[in-house]
Amino acid sequence: MTVFVIRRLMQSILVLFAMSAIVFFGVYVVGDPVEILVSHEADEAERARVAAALGLDRPVWVQYFAFLENALGGDLGKSFVFGIPAIQLILQRMPATFELVIVSFVIAVGLGIPLGMYAGYRPNSAGAKTIMAGSILGFSLPTFWVGLMLIMIFAVEMQILPAGGRGPVGSFLGMQSSLFSWTGLGHLFLPALNLALFKLALVIRLARAGMRETLLLDYVKYARAKGLAMRRVVFVHVLKNIMIPIVTVLGLELGSQIAFSVVTETVFAWPGMGKLIIESIDKLDRPVIVAYLLVIVVIFVLINLVVDVLYSVLDPRVRLAAKA
Amino acid sequence: MTEPLLRVEELRTHFFTRAGVVKAVDGVSFALERGRILGLVGESGSGKSVTGFSILGLVDPPGRIAGGRILFKGRDLAALPEREMRKLRGAEIATIFQDPAMTLNPVLRIDTQMIEAVVAHAGAGEETARGRALAALRKVGIPAPEERLRAYPHQLSGGMRQRVAIAIALMNEPDLIVADEPTTALDVTIQGQILYEVQRLCRETGTALIWITHDLAVVAAIADEIAVMYAGRIVEYGAAAEVLDRPRHPYTAGLLASVPSRNRKGAPLAQIPGMTPSLLDPPPGCLFRTRCARASAACAADPPPAGGAHAFRCHHPLEAA
Ligand SMILES: Nc1ncnc2c1ncn2[C@@H]1O[C@H](COP(=O)(O)OP(=O)(O)OP(=O)(O)O)[C@@H](O)[C@H]1O
Ligand SMILES: [Mg+2]
Repeated sequence: MTVFVIRRLMQSILVLFAMSAIVFFGVYVVGDPVEILVSHEADEAERARVAAALGLDRPVWVQYFAFLENALGGDLGKSFVFGIPAIQLILQRMPATFELVIVSFVIAVGLGIPLGMYAGYRPNSAGAKTIMAGSILGFSLPTFWVGLMLIMIFAVEMQILPAGGRGPVGSFLGMQSSLFSWTGLGHLFLPALNLALFKLALVIRLARAGMRETLLLDYVKYARAKGLAMRRVVFVHVLKNIMIPIVTVLGLELGSQIAFSVVTETVFAWPGMGKLIIESIDKLDRPVIVAYLLVIVVIFVLINLVVDVLYSVLDPRVRLAAKA
Repeated sequence: MTEPLLRVEELRTHFFTRAGVVKAVDGVSFALERGRILGLVGESGSGKSVTGFSILGLVDPPGRIAGGRILFKGRDLAALPEREMRKLRGAEIATIFQDPAMTLNPVLRIDTQMIEAVVAHAGAGEETARGRALAALRKVGIPAPEERLRAYPHQLSGGMRQRVAIAIALMNEPDLIVADEPTTALDVTIQGQILYEVQRLCRETGTALIWITHDLAVVAAIADEIAVMYAGRIVEYGAAAEVLDRPRHPYTAGLLASVPSRNRKGAPLAQIPGMTPSLLDPPPGCLFRTRCARASAACAADPPPAGGAHAFRCHHPLEAA
């Protein structure tokens, strides 16, 4: 287990290196940030001054090694636009995105697993057919459109929830989050629901398919032959088995939601990391882009680690050490 | 004459599929006394498992019991509501399935799977149940049972898993065990050991056993009575020695001739020609007639039951030797 974790972390350091190089040179190829930062009227001398101040006058590989040197010391550079450390900018935005993603996962898992299991248990019931029809909508309706509709219905027509923005934060055990204030939760609900819909549809499908498949297996019949109540068969014997594919898919989803819930954050004017990266790409704010993607790599690595550990908890046949 | 532990009368279990009615079990009758072992034999697809599942009340849709009675300790299981049936399953009627690799849940520990089987019935606490699980594992000859309890199924060998399954079946001291090909997935030595254990345990506890198999050699080793199934019906039924030594139905004779045996060494193995008929909307009459050397026009009509204690259904039975 320890060996496994260490090996994983070593691999991820390699990935971080590769990632930093690709992004660094990639952004260099895309365009010159100086062009965007200085005003149109600026003369050649002004441009040179800005370039020199940002260190952009040097050859790109010199810039990269300077970056690496600083990065090893924990400094990922300052934002061209805001002039503050990129990492600080990202960390400021992180809680907003985290709380959004967490609530959307709670909605997706908390509703998706029971609904999907029901749909798989009674596949021919009217309830199951309604659930499955709903999940098709969840898959096929575009996120931005659903977001706008949610705003229309709950904020504009019924006026029971705010249309956007992050509400006031409460504090709990030293953590600041809208999760700890009622108004904050109100602001969180619609964007989280919007972000949850696709995952909800996914979890419903996975839970239903897993349920239907597992119910036919010998060990379910055998569990019933032991005289177990159906409740126990479903919630112990079946549930533990169908959690394996669900954890896999949600693990993958979790990372991309944290990194790229851009659409929802934009529609609901949610001050999260997704908005930050879009703005930074727009401004070719290279230090922020690079730092952002490095942070995302770290998050993905951590999530994968947790998922693998969860696997070995869920399925005793999975041995952590055996996998590379 | 007292009422036997189990009496199955004219059991019909049909699957109502889109293509038609599959008459998997179509008029099966037999009886079983306490402590006796019935061997239920027949080719693949003859309806042995469906018969077993009917007794357990575990026939999957679109199948259901379409007729007949299953009298167990005087109660008709075919008419029993699921709630009542659940209380019987695992407590008074236990089962052992064919492949222990498939029947134990791969993600739950052995102790979880054993303890739940006790708790579901006895209303016993966790600790009592664990004690019973340990005792049951010892009884079936599993070394270091405390360790085995903490293991997951994949950490045990096939033979060990099947012993666990047998231990689970015995834990609640059932009156009847339905064992559906429990040794088919095991190699011959382990099979022999398990046969011996099960036979011993049944004798000790007075548990009746239905042993489902397609292997006549296995049945010969342990059964008191034998029922030979063909295409959803019992075509021959009687004391094991009678049926094996003096078969009356041509199908039984064919099965026996196809078993390799030492006294007929060198002689070619006889095979029953043809294939098992489809059970989808079967025609009336003896369903074996298309494969039978003795068949005649008479066989298009259902053969009447004949023979008394050694019963058979055939218009042209072999002579009683
Ligand atoms: N769910 C089902 N739907 C339709 N037909 C079924 C179903 N289950 C079983 N049958 C039919 O019932 C018949 C008897 O099956 P059964 O499993 O009892 O055979 P068996 O004698 O146990 O054979 P084997 O030795 O292969 O286990 C088969 O012809 C099969 O097609
Ligand atoms: Mg079978």
